[in-house]
Amino acid sequence: MLRKFRDSVIEKIIFICGILSIVFVVLIFGFLFKEGISFFKEYGIFEFLLGKYWYPTSDPAAYGVLSLIVGSVLVTLGATIIAVPLGIMTALYISEIAPKGIRDVLKSLVELMAAIPSVVIGFVGMVTLVPLVKALFNVPTGLTAFSGSIMLAFMAMPTIVSISEDAIRSVPWQYKEGAYALGATKWQTIRRIVLKAAMPGIIAAVMLGIGRVIGETMAVMMITGNAAHIPSSIFEPVRTLTATIAAEMGETVKGGLHYKALFGIGLVLFSITFIINFIADLFLNKNKKR
Amino acid sequence: MDIIEIKNLNLFYTNFHAIKDVNMKIKANKITALIGPSGCGKSTLLRTLNRINDTIEGVRIEGDVIVNGKNIYDPDADVDRIRRNVGMVFQRPNPFPLSIYNNVAFGLQINRLVSRKDETDFIVKESLEDVQLWDDLKDKLKMSGLELSLEQQQRLCIARLIAVKPEIILLDEPCSSLDPMATAHIEELMQELKSKYTIVIVTHNMQQAARISDETGYMLLGKLIEFDATGKIFTNPSKQETDDYVSGRFG
Repeated sequence: MLRKFRDSVIEKIIFICGILSIVFVVLIFGFLFKEGISFFKEYGIFEFLLGKYWYPTSDPAAYGVLSLIVGSVLVTLGATIIAVPLGIMTALYISEIAPKGIRDVLKSLVELMAAIPSVVIGFVGMVTLVPLVKALFNVPTGLTAFSGSIMLAFMAMPTIVSISEDAIRSVPWQYKEGAYALGATKWQTIRRIVLKAAMPGIIAAVMLGIGRVIGETMAVMMITGNAAHIPSSIFEPVRTLTATIAAEMGETVKGGLHYKALFGIGLVLFSITFIINFIADLFLNKNKKR
Repeated sequence: MDIIEIKNLNLFYTNFHAIKDVNMKIKANKITALIGPSGCGKSTLLRTLNRINDTIEGVRIEGDVIVNGKNIYDPDADVDRIRRNVGMVFQRPNPFPLSIYNNVAFGLQINRLVSRKDETDFIVKESLEDVQLWDDLKDKLKMSGLELSLEQQQRLCIARLIAVKPEIILLDEPCSSLDPMATAHIEELMQELKSKYTIVIVTHNMQQAARISDETGYMLLGKLIEFDATGKIFTNPSKQETDDYVSGRFG
């Protein structure tokens, strides 16, 4: 009797823990949605999404997030262009080419890289990369979208490397053996068989890497210059969606229009990362089914 | 005519002596079977014939394997060319995660054997015809090779080999994951292929060896105990160990 009772109590506790994470996500989303929607009603969703000017403290205030979206997209795109080829090649090296000793060292280094706090990455970038970019490209300030892209690429790399490495390593040995038995060289086998078989996993890795970059706040706030305007090149300062929320949330009146506008930004960010994670999930599932 | 000659072959997995002093001559356009209990080294021996053991870490090989007069273990031997000439079919069908067409064309493309699309088309058709898949699949060439039945997958793997025109085909228990009907079909196919290719097959199924092969080698604990005409091995072997195994007293 007692055993049964204990069993059902433990089962309930586990159930509550499991359901809590769902409840939290729903609550966060609900809260974002409530504040965001009330802002859209007051200000207008198109004025918000397509407005070029973000002047929350002017009179009259303007809450156009287009420049912030462009800033986020630009930095993310730059980071992706740098991190994806580097990450995939690192993953290939670790799983296919490196001898065992080097492989283990590299793997732990990549995992260590994931553990560096973003504020540290931002700080290191600020004192090393920013002056370098300023001198190298002869621009008025080194706090640019370009600098941000480079530092964020470092943050996306560990995710891309470790997940693609898993995907590449889980390609059945028989595929490779079959290719070798037909006289394929190592590189031909990697390019035509291994990469092809691992592709869904690699795409998922890239998506999760992008998700990490787009949500990143601290490092971009420190490096990208935070100027809310639409840049004409990547060597100009930009401001991202995340940095705007972080920088301004402390200075708004709770319940005011500016406060609600920041929730609107949160909603935009949430939608973007939701879509990216959803795509990553699609590919990960596709990988499992095979 | 002997197409393969194995001389004093020894193989070690790190410290394990897996093949001990094997000497063997394999005749062209015959089916040669290797039988023996699990772990006797028959698959390992087969895998030395196209140097696919090289891809496993810790393998050391001593001795010579002479194919068409050339030692494939010469330091300056062209491994990729050897593997193209000595094709291999594995225990589990392993078509690539590509379309049927690209599975067959893979060997042609990587070895740059053909340059024109219509030549590739022709060889793909010819190879699929040789394994009797063409009629069933000619309208589904874009379908993934992984969607076929196991028997069809194994046929596809054979077609993929035939496309690069090897002289020798090695089969490593090719029917172990197939049902009896499919096994019979693959055995029929081997009989047809014999006229064009030399076939070496490893099997743990003694009846299969007796049915299809011309010559049979019996292996035990890394040694080639006896190698002779299949009829002799199964009815009147000269060694006691062979007799124990083929009569079912051991193994």
